[in-house]
Amino acid sequence: MDLLYFGDSGWGDELAIATLMTIAVSITAMLIGFIFAAIFTPLKLSKRKYLNLISNSYTTVIRGVPELLVIYLFFFGGSGAIMYVASIFGYNDYIEINAFLTGSFSIGIISGAYSTEVFRGAIQSIDRGQFEAAKVLGVSKFTQFYKIILPQMLRLAIPNLSNVWQITLKDTSLISVTGLVEIMRQSYIAAGSTRDPLFFYSCAAVLYLILTYLSMKLINKLEVKYSRGY
Amino acid sequence: MLDSFPKLLSATLITLKLLSASLFFGLFIGLFFAILRLNKNIFINKFAYGYSYVFRGTPLLVQIFIIYFGLAQIEYLRTSFLWIILKEPYWCAIIAFTFNTGAYTSEILRSAFQTIKPGVIEAGKSLGIPNKIIFYKIQIPIAIRQSLPAYGNEIILMMKGTSLASTVTLMDLTGVAKYIISTTFKPIEVFIVAGGIYLFMTFIIHNVIKYLEKKYSFQ
Repeated sequence: MDLLYFGDSGWGDELAIATLMTIAVSITAMLIGFIFAAIFTPLKLSKRKYLNLISNSYTTVIRGVPELLVIYLFFFGGSGAIMYVASIFGYNDYIEINAFLTGSFSIGIISGAYSTEVFRGAIQSIDRGQFEAAKVLGVSKFTQFYKIILPQMLRLAIPNLSNVWQITLKDTSLISVTGLVEIMRQSYIAAGSTRDPLFFYSCAAVLYLILTYLSMKLINKLEVKYSRGY
Repeated sequence: MLDSFPKLLSATLITLKLLSASLFFGLFIGLFFAILRLNKNIFINKFAYGYSYVFRGTPLLVQIFIIYFGLAQIEYLRTSFLWIILKEPYWCAIIAFTFNTGAYTSEILRSAFQTIKPGVIEAGKSLGIPNKIIFYKIQIPIAIRQSLPAYGNEIILMMKGTSLASTVTLMDLTGVAKYIISTTFKPIEVFIVAGGIYLFMTFIIHNVIKYLEKKYSFQ
């Protein structure tokens, strides 16, 4: 247990900071995922075939390829791509992108594909009458979405989004390969310097269990809140 | 781009071996724990629930690391016969994948068992069929049919999961892809080839499951 002391002698404070990092990456990735979902869900629901094709290929490719491969693509390819864009604008120095940004972006793209499917399912299961009633009342497209569709969609989407959140939270452990110090990386460092991998990886497992348990509780509360009146 | 193709293709073989071995063992473990979950004894029930909760609540990477790096630390294991298996990253990966997919499979099978209509079992009982035969000949086939779509998803998730074997020095498809990327610095080309192979496998699994679903659908 000495190993978990806070301060210089133990790894308690390092692991606590790493846990916060995991939470930060997960939330950032989830939000980036929502941005992707906000772009690709309308494309998926569009009547134009080629827009559907773009969106479908995004979700199929991301959901059919291992997360680790996507992370390697952005980890090794990310700085190259940004340097290429920068060189067009006449900036030729070496650019190294932050591990946090690469990590959250690559996990965000993955969680975005899952979120897109969730939102598509939620919108499609809203009664057609709701759209028609809004049209008949002359509600503008913008108000229709924010005041009528979105609240109903959220109620339907929250249980499935909770699954996406769990997947995203667990996927952040893969970012450790890029060197970002989150739970997994910190346990790896601690295990290496104390030669006690069993203890530290078990700690990591317990930390992840606590995170999934707590987020489960929180999401259940949200679910109750959004299903008032049903 | 084309030079990397044969190397990646031979690495696919390892991915497929890992996948099929872990799915095979995982199915048995999943069935075993699903049956425990249906047990009325609260301790057995809670034990099976705890197993699936822990393995579904932690990342697969942690599980592999505990088994590969963690277990090697226990002196007792290193002197026992189990060490022959546990010193190989290949078997450690298979053990981790097996327990992981077993946890998900047990949940899938449990919900399938619970959705079987009680009337089916009652009909069997009223015909005087022994409980054991009702279970093996009626409940299991129905449960397998019910769980096919969810299990298909699990196979695809597990296929993606085998990419983590590359973190314990195994040269599977992702491992080789990473090696080629880090030596040639051509991430996009390698991603297209390796990703294409993974997508092809997903496509095949998806269609096989679809075919099985059609074949075993209730008519």
